[in-house]
Amino acid sequence: MGAANINRRRFVQALAFGGGAFALGLRRADCAPESPLAQMVLSGSEFDLEIGATPANFTGHPTIAHTINGLFPGPILRWREGTTVTLRVTNRLPVQTSIHWHGILVPANMDGVPGISFPGIAPGESFVYRFPVKQSGTYWYHSHSHFQEQNGPFGPLVIEPANGERNPSDRDYVVMLNDWTDLDPARIFSLLKKQSDYFNRNEPTFAESLRLPSMWSRMRMNPRDLIDVGGFAYTYLMNGTPPAGNWTALFEPGKRVRLRFINGSANSYFDVRIPGLKMTVISADGQDVHPVEVDEFRIAVAETYDVIVRPDDRAYTILAQSIDRSGYARGTLAPRAGMQAEVPPLEPVPTLSMIDMMGAMGEEHGTNMQGMDHRDMADMEMPRAQHARSEFGNPGVDMRVDIPRTNLDDPGAGLRDNGRRVLTYADLHSIEAPGDTREPQREIELHLTGNMQRFVWSFDGVKFSDAKPVHFRYGERLRIVLVNDTMMNHPIHLHGMFSDLENEDGEVIARKHTVNVQPAQRITYRVSADNPGRWAWHCHLLYHMEAGMFREVVVA
Amino acid sequence: MSTRWLLAFGCALALPVHAQDAMPGMDMPAPPQSAAPTRSADYSDGYRYGSMPGMEMLDDSARGMLLLDQLEYVHADRGGDAAFVDGEAWYGKDFDKLWLKFEGHSGDSLRTEALWDHAVVPFWDTQLGLRHDSGNGPDRTWIAFGVQGLAPWRIETEATIYLGENGRSAARLQLEYEALLTQHLILQPKFEMNLYGRDDPQRGTGSGLSDAGLGLRLRYEITRQFAPYLGVVWQQRYGRSADVVRARGEHPDQVQFVAGVRVWF
Repeated sequence: MGAANINRRRFVQALAFGGGAFALGLRRADCAPESPLAQMVLSGSEFDLEIGATPANFTGHPTIAHTINGLFPGPILRWREGTTVTLRVTNRLPVQTSIHWHGILVPANMDGVPGISFPGIAPGESFVYRFPVKQSGTYWYHSHSHFQEQNGPFGPLVIEPANGERNPSDRDYVVMLNDWTDLDPARIFSLLKKQSDYFNRNEPTFAESLRLPSMWSRMRMNPRDLIDVGGFAYTYLMNGTPPAGNWTALFEPGKRVRLRFINGSANSYFDVRIPGLKMTVISADGQDVHPVEVDEFRIAVAETYDVIVRPDDRAYTILAQSIDRSGYARGTLAPRAGMQAEVPPLEPVPTLSMIDMMGAMGEEHGTNMQGMDHRDMADMEMPRAQHARSEFGNPGVDMRVDIPRTNLDDPGAGLRDNGRRVLTYADLHSIEAPGDTREPQREIELHLTGNMQRFVWSFDGVKFSDAKPVHFRYGERLRIVLVNDTMMNHPIHLHGMFSDLENEDGEVIARKHTVNVQPAQRITYRVSADNPGRWAWHCHLLYHMEAGMFREVVVA
Repeated sequence: MSTRWLLAFGCALALPVHAQDAMPGMDMPAPPQSAAPTRSADYSDGYRYGSMPGMEMLDDSARGMLLLDQLEYVHADRGGDAAFVDGEAWYGKDFDKLWLKFEGHSGDSLRTEALWDHAVVPFWDTQLGLRHDSGNGPDRTWIAFGVQGLAPWRIETEATIYLGENGRSAARLQLEYEALLTQHLILQPKFEMNLYGRDDPQRGTGSGLSDAGLGLRLRYEITRQFAPYLGVVWQQRYGRSADVVRARGEHPDQVQFVAGVRVWF
């Protein structure tokens, strides 16, 4: 009780500092945060969170954002590993809402997925979440109701390790990336169903298509179909601030600054870099990794990456380009308020290559798969995909990849050979090995399927409504094999249990909660089925999830 | 003669559906020794969804669309001016829709079709239903069966055969392509032709290839859903249909200049 009062008091202070500008979107820019406190932190073990609708303006047009305690994004919740947290969430919206603690290992009834964990929070009602915190790192929380991942509520989650930070820093900032739209997300979904390239204004022109391999036209595929919704509809936000607002993080030159990147978007991948600064990646999806120094990383929807930077006495731009180069989120790292650095122009729109269409077979069509020539290909035992019978004769499945690529060291379309050191999954090595060292007892293969033209998305060609739950036997160690039979990236999120990412040799390298599978790629991870109950398992692109790229998992 | 026409057309119509499941290039024929066995997508071990309320998934939802592909003013080089509309509307779920098509000239004939559209393979739907022709002579009603989809090279294709009263038959083919000159300026070539199984002097159509048209429309997408255009259309009547037109003192070939909007909701 006492803790709650303190929290509330601290929160009110935070509001007094920056909250007035906060709720007004664009105008928030006038008020650069002076200290990490400006990021509206609520810490402790008891929280009162009120979900409501708040007037905002991110684009020049007045709009309504779904907020938590009046904030967008919601406040940073700071927990401590080893404590038990209690969160009373009250719904002041006229529709059902929910909060899912993304990447947090909670009991099944605390996971916050309406229809699976609980019935959701009805208008005017409250729900009390209470669970022990058994992990540390950077995570986030978001509504799992309907289309609410698009316009809130969501917010960052930071858990302090019980034994202190492995990588101490002098400044510590959350950098939450979001894709705001003034459009009703239900309308976006409907428009995509009617014309799947509605939001794509980067399509190859007729002249360009003549220069592309003819296979694209023959296959009726679009090599610029990188993401379904881009800058045409989105304004990309950094901590709730549009690019013109220039969200700024202050530092002392030469000191270590920790930036906790969270991709809280509904449907956007970002390529993040800070021109002039090396970033040392120290954590992925909340799990500390062996530090790796990079110039750039791609962050899939729902992933988190923590980096340490040591800036000199000058301003730097934090640039997060959307994957289709249709816009960017931007902020500034500066030693003093009011400074800014050059904002580099958007890079050219990436074009998918043959390996994104055909997997390992794409190599034979003359595109780049590093360190491999044709002879190697023939000699190598490439794992073949085992397609589900339901993928055949199915109008919802427009391609299947028989010999997928397994190259974790591919940064992906648009980042290949760009002259910068770009993080790949092959660079991720968790410091703490999973406790469960058993070899997998069984494999479940699941294919990511869709029809881009029809905007139909599914697993194994079967949408959620037509599917049955996937049974994990309680206590077993499983290998999940994901094969992406589409030409889009899909961030796959399993609730309730970690996904222990394997390398090409089947060795666990990194523990994640969201695993991005690139086009025509095969990725495997292990799961310890140690959390009984019903769980969601889905593509974290909101519009793919709502289209049915979703499974329920039963651990029993 | 006309039966052969229709037979050939019917076969051609069935081709794309058979030739095409998922992309052939993707689904590489497996080397014989390592043909990947297929598997079941059912990992449920008998478990079913629970009874928890609150799920709001939209993966099985229905919606509708109205497209006026051509809403235009037509100026013919020989003959008067007219208004023309060619559009479609649908309502339904991903793989099954009620599909309406309509095409007509002001003061002239109107063709309407009501079809059950069923997605069978990734790029093709089958369509089954009724067609009704009105204006310009006595009404005609037909049973319609066709395919509609996207052919390789992104050619939008509609091919339909029709069976009417008194042994009448007809076939219709329409091909469309969208060439992006820029992201907003789009050139749309459109070809269509109509065939009939027997003469229908009352409606001015003769057996065999009755008419063909090639249109070129250049539209500017102010938004995705609203695009004004200018275009030119060549129309040619053949065989008996041409005779009928000549008998009326008109020309069997025509060049039209069109201006209109493409709009959808």
